[in-house]
Amino acid sequence: MRPRSTSPLVHGFSSSSSSSSTADRRLNALVRHLLVENSSSAMDSISASPTSASHGDSVFAHVVRAPEDPILGVTVAYNKDPSPVKLNLGVGAYRTEEGKPLVLNVVRKAEQQLVNDVSRVKEYLPIVGLAEFNKLSAKLILGADSPAIQENRVTTVQCLSGTGSLRVGGEFLARHYHERTIYIPLPTWGNHTKVFTLAGLSVKTYRYYDPASRGLNFQGLLEDLGSAPSGAIVLLHACAHNPTGVDPTLEQWEQIRQLIRSKALLPFFDSAYQGFASGSLDADAQPVRLFAADGGECLIAQSYAKNMGLYGERVGALSIVCKTADVASRVESQLKLVIRPMYSNPPIHGASIVATILRDRDLYNEWTIELKAMADRIISMRQQLFDALRARGTPGDWSHIIKQIGMFTFTGLNAEQVAFMTKEYHIYMTFDGRISMAGLSSRTVPHLTDAIHAAVTHVV
Amino acid sequence: MALSSAILKKALHRNSVSGARSISSWWRSVEPAPKDPILGVTEAYLADPSPEKVNVGVGAYRDDNGKPVVLECVREAERRIAGNLNMEYLPMGGSVKMVEETLKLAYGENSEFIKDKSIAAVQALSGTGACRLFADFQKRFSPESQIYIPVPTWANHHNIWRDAQVPQRTFHYYHPESRGLDFAGLMDDVKNAPNGSFFLLHACAHNPTGVDPSEEQWREISYQFKVKGHFAFFDMAYQGFASGDPERDAKAIRIFLEDGHHIGVAQSYAKNMGLYGQRVGCLSVLCEDEKQAVAVKSQLQLLARPMYSNPPVHGALIVSTILGDPDLKKLWLREVKGMADRIIGMRTALRENLEKLGSPLSWEHITNQIGMFCYSGMTPEQVDRLTKEFHIYMTRNGRISMAGVTTGNVGYLANAIHEVTKSA
Repeated sequence: MRPRSTSPLVHGFSSSSSSSSTADRRLNALVRHLLVENSSSAMDSISASPTSASHGDSVFAHVVRAPEDPILGVTVAYNKDPSPVKLNLGVGAYRTEEGKPLVLNVVRKAEQQLVNDVSRVKEYLPIVGLAEFNKLSAKLILGADSPAIQENRVTTVQCLSGTGSLRVGGEFLARHYHERTIYIPLPTWGNHTKVFTLAGLSVKTYRYYDPASRGLNFQGLLEDLGSAPSGAIVLLHACAHNPTGVDPTLEQWEQIRQLIRSKALLPFFDSAYQGFASGSLDADAQPVRLFAADGGECLIAQSYAKNMGLYGERVGALSIVCKTADVASRVESQLKLVIRPMYSNPPIHGASIVATILRDRDLYNEWTIELKAMADRIISMRQQLFDALRARGTPGDWSHIIKQIGMFTFTGLNAEQVAFMTKEYHIYMTFDGRISMAGLSSRTVPHLTDAIHAAVTHVV
Repeated sequence: MALSSAILKKALHRNSVSGARSISSWWRSVEPAPKDPILGVTEAYLADPSPEKVNVGVGAYRDDNGKPVVLECVREAERRIAGNLNMEYLPMGGSVKMVEETLKLAYGENSEFIKDKSIAAVQALSGTGACRLFADFQKRFSPESQIYIPVPTWANHHNIWRDAQVPQRTFHYYHPESRGLDFAGLMDDVKNAPNGSFFLLHACAHNPTGVDPSEEQWREISYQFKVKGHFAFFDMAYQGFASGDPERDAKAIRIFLEDGHHIGVAQSYAKNMGLYGQRVGCLSVLCEDEKQAVAVKSQLQLLARPMYSNPPVHGALIVSTILGDPDLKKLWLREVKGMADRIIGMRTALRENLEKLGSPLSWEHITNQIGMFCYSGMTPEQVDRLTKEFHIYMTRNGRISMAGVTTGNVGYLANAIHEVTKSA
């Protein structure tokens, strides 16, 4: 027992002490009672018998320190590194050629509009969020002419970015859907498993990435989804798969759609990179629209973190495409019951920015141009890295760098090689070998090339 | 794009073949959910076309013209923020600066616990998010525990701990006959609860009753908590808003801290900084030392990550800009006092109006109670009459949001209340 001579008597009683026996507790109470008699604290005047619970450690004394988040922990480690050549290729946040975070011009304009509008207030949004934002978001992903929207079959609720949309959708499914298993691709974003598990679903995987080709294991995907129980939920990355950057072709998507519908599986799309993958908002939405067009039901989680650079504002939307308008309305009412005990209603600022941009034709067009510029810069980084590795004669086939799409490249480097690159070259990435192309610039490509070359030739 | 439209055409063609249309909805059995009792009131109010309508439902502050208010200090903070900062992800635990300033408000400017770094604290999604995060944490690390919730309380408290799957018990709080505190009942429940129980306490301006323990009563409660080894979790949503003085409103918390309790606190800036829709708040858990605080904070982050990854930045920036600037902070304190004073003035006006009308009932409680809400004592039937006949909107438990009362409508409101209660 640590003597507590400086603090007043500490109270609390570990109520989760399934591991400590009654005898232990009495002993502890006795010991602390002895310490009380020796302490000069003014609180001594409060008398309490040794068998009362007046002495005690914090009820949370048994809490151990959690491990760092594997993705966000990379930035933590990067920040601690004093090296001038350090490079952060960890978290998927866009960086300019100068390595700086970027706030889109169109976002600054929208913000100014909001600030200057003195009639704006900061009242609570409804539980489902900003109505205009919800409508515009549904149109963005499903297309303005989507029959599902026109028939009022889509319910959209504003959520806290992609994470929040997935969590709310998962909780809804755990409560109201007859199947509690969700199939996620192998590999997938590190947070998916935790989100769905805490939502109350059980998580299984389906084959997705083929290490040999560094491309899609299409056969494996079809087999695994084919043997899933009827009605199971399937998580699909709408475009720019995270972490691999490997997307199915449109023909493959059509086959996937047929399989899913024939087995009555329920598709749940995670759309975090619309516009960021190819540079075109419509092209990147094709897989989702394919599904919405066949009249079936699906869930869609949208994020504006990357494509509008609104990361920290936590802006996103969950859409559920239903069979009928009546169902959609009932579903929405149940979504509210999930949200209210979580955070009551979503934050207003980011959604207001998005709505300001999406509703104004000029701002919208400006946005598409800035978005394409970000996507183009990333595509050019891919090309530069590929060319540099080839020029260097680095062993291996690096064509996957230009075949993969979106913010990330799954390099194929193993954990030891990654550790080597961090230690020797101060390059930070997640241990699965995923690098964020957005963190690269023409200036830093040579350094990364050197590091990869060294890792591949020295570490196996 | 020719390829994709060809595929889309084929897909539409295949509808009848692949059978997507013939499968019925998965959601046929989904029942329409009941409307939220509190937020549903505002929805009904907005839908009412009557020019006389009065909204004394949801607890959002209104000025004397019945208009929502954005504080001057907030406007100034936003002007400074816009165009200047990037929107990168905050850490999972939120804005460090904002959390630091927020802890000072609850624990005291010179709190030894802040100096010792023994408080585990994270930015949360306003008060709701802070309570939910704590409830999830309680479930995970004190899985055998229950939560004792006062009767009555903010309705969403029950939803929060239920969704966190923590079993609930209640304790006596409101005394309907006196429209005050059932202190004896409260103390009995505290004594009879098993040692080491978790209790939810409203730090000030109890919602919905406006009934707070006196300082002496808080000391007794704290003492009994010590004897029983109970855990005190404070929901402080109205600091500054109750008396007009944030230090005074934190008295209950400071008493518990002096007595050595390891408390938990949920703080919200929704009302006292008018940041409602920004969802800014803070959850803190006082630990034994820095090491434990680091461990607890890391576990809180582990709970936040699968819920929303990291909290929204904008509101946090507003808070840290204001509290970090001495002049802005002074302005804020003046504005908070202004809001609290207006509400106290309206309480006096409403009571005086009712007494002048010759109401047979006692309306002392209107001025005895504190904070945004007045627990009128009216029945649901009387409330329904207020709505149907007078277009006055409030929650059916008879809770009046004093913030919705103005010099313009207080007479009308008093009249209506008198009408539906005079034969009671």
